[in-house]
Amino acid sequence: MKKWNAYFAAGLLLAGLLASLVILGIFWTPYDPTAMAAGPQFAAPSLRHLLGTDKFGRDIFSRVLKGAGTTCSIALLTVAAGAVCGTAIGALTGYFGGVVDEFFMRLNDALTAFPSILLALVIIAVLGPGSKLNVVIALGIVFIPSYARISRTAFAALRDVNYVKSARLMGAGPGRILMVHILPNTMPVLLPALTIGFNNAVLAEASMSYLGIGTAPPDASLGYMLSEAQGMLAANPWYALGTGLFIVWMVFAAGLIGEGLQRREGGVS
Amino acid sequence: MKYAAKRILMLLATMAIVSFLTFLAFDLISGDQATAMLGTAATPEKLAALRAELGLDRPFLVRYGEWLFGFFAGDLGVSASYRQPVWTLISSKVLVTLCLSLLSFLLITAVSIPLGLLSTRWTGGPAAAAQTVFNQLCMAVPAFFTGILLSWIFGITLKWFVPGAFPGLSVDFTGSLRHLFFAAAAIAIPRIAMTVRMLRSTIFSELQKDYVRTAISRGNDRTAVLYRHVLKNALAPVVTFLAQTMAEIVAGSIVVEQVFAIPGLGRMLVSSIANRDCPVVEAIVVILAFWVVLSNTAADLIQQAVDPRLRLGGGA
Repeated sequence: MKKWNAYFAAGLLLAGLLASLVILGIFWTPYDPTAMAAGPQFAAPSLRHLLGTDKFGRDIFSRVLKGAGTTCSIALLTVAAGAVCGTAIGALTGYFGGVVDEFFMRLNDALTAFPSILLALVIIAVLGPGSKLNVVIALGIVFIPSYARISRTAFAALRDVNYVKSARLMGAGPGRILMVHILPNTMPVLLPALTIGFNNAVLAEASMSYLGIGTAPPDASLGYMLSEAQGMLAANPWYALGTGLFIVWMVFAAGLIGEGLQRREGGVS
Repeated sequence: MKYAAKRILMLLATMAIVSFLTFLAFDLISGDQATAMLGTAATPEKLAALRAELGLDRPFLVRYGEWLFGFFAGDLGVSASYRQPVWTLISSKVLVTLCLSLLSFLLITAVSIPLGLLSTRWTGGPAAAAQTVFNQLCMAVPAFFTGILLSWIFGITLKWFVPGAFPGLSVDFTGSLRHLFFAAAAIAIPRIAMTVRMLRSTIFSELQKDYVRTAISRGNDRTAVLYRHVLKNALAPVVTFLAQTMAEIVAGSIVVEQVFAIPGLGRMLVSSIANRDCPVVEAIVVILAFWVVLSNTAADLIQQAVDPRLRLGGGA
């Protein structure tokens, strides 16, 4: 097993760069992202305004940095919520089996047959659009089934291997076996799933706020900004390009890390 | 055939569950809805009257039964914000979304299979790595960003179509198709990347099998083996994958219709969610869900038809 490969390294590099920009954006942006007339209207990119300015003279680079932070934090929260709940369900059903397992797997089949954005839209419609928390809840619920399925398979496969059997003989309880003995060994499967989940979360959040039913200002995310930018496309395409490229950057970096992780395990040739 | 019958039974069961869950979910908030429609003018009497008018005062299961029956009879209820039958609101939109979906499906199929075959020429080295990177890049670009880029390049700069001005299928059919083509391309690009990646890895794993070595040792050249033997086996999973793609296209069309201002089901769905117009949301969600479930069933049946090995197992 090779620990490093080019995809993994390139992905980490891109993700690291982006992460430092995003973290910087939380504490400091070149201009106030919501300040009107920080510069002239529709200025072209220059050293003063890296991506130019929009219709209201707001600095686009500052806005995009801020928006990337919102998108990133929602995606991370969503993945965390979905992965923790999904892995818990998968671990319990995979380890214990039985009728509950059967029931959850059938429910899972029905849910995964659905495109995730449609499911998220339904949940948002029920919870009410326009709030950051509702977006996290909706997407978190949407991502539970895929993690449950993946971890169920992994936990079921490791249920009866020798080291688990010996731990059981030594008197370890199910909680300890699940957390200490099996969970670390499911990481090769779970880690790539986390990067794929992060990508799906970024795309889903961006789509929803693009449609105007995800996060709304003042918590503007990249998706919302893209819809704003679309209206100014003819006057200053840099707004749309900058915003879009940040989304692509985010997803591409995570995708490369995922590809690298998979190759490291020898799954893909 | 036994399998097909079983699969269709499962299809009906899934549809029943989906419609029931959707109806239940919206029922939980529809008490809200009469209040929301009346706003500040709400008095207990007016509320009761509106509930009776909307049929909200009867037991849940009765309403579900009536709604389901109505659904198949073409009566989808009355929109809360337009006060019009839902079917008159969405009938023209179904056709637009159908055209968009079919167009992007055709694009995906027509482009990805030749590209996938072409991509197997490079088996290693920088060319193959560049392909992997390019593929990841295509999958990383969200459909709505591609859409915005396409409307910037072809709409605003080259003026091949007018962004935001969809002519309407019955008014100007070819103009509408041109408009839809760019939307379909935005949906298709990431899916093409996925299909190419999948076809490529299936072909490579087929190429490692014994029958390929036999065929080559008998003097066939690589191209002949690829087209005459390998392709037949490698296409089976791709056909299934393509059928499942229908579901993703439906999801993609929700967003892309917004980008190109195409008056389809997705756009109606989004605006109805914003208006909290439950009957319309319910109807569209169930239509889209049925669409997805139907194409998944078709995928399974096609898989059975093209891969006889699956049939030997007793069809389970």
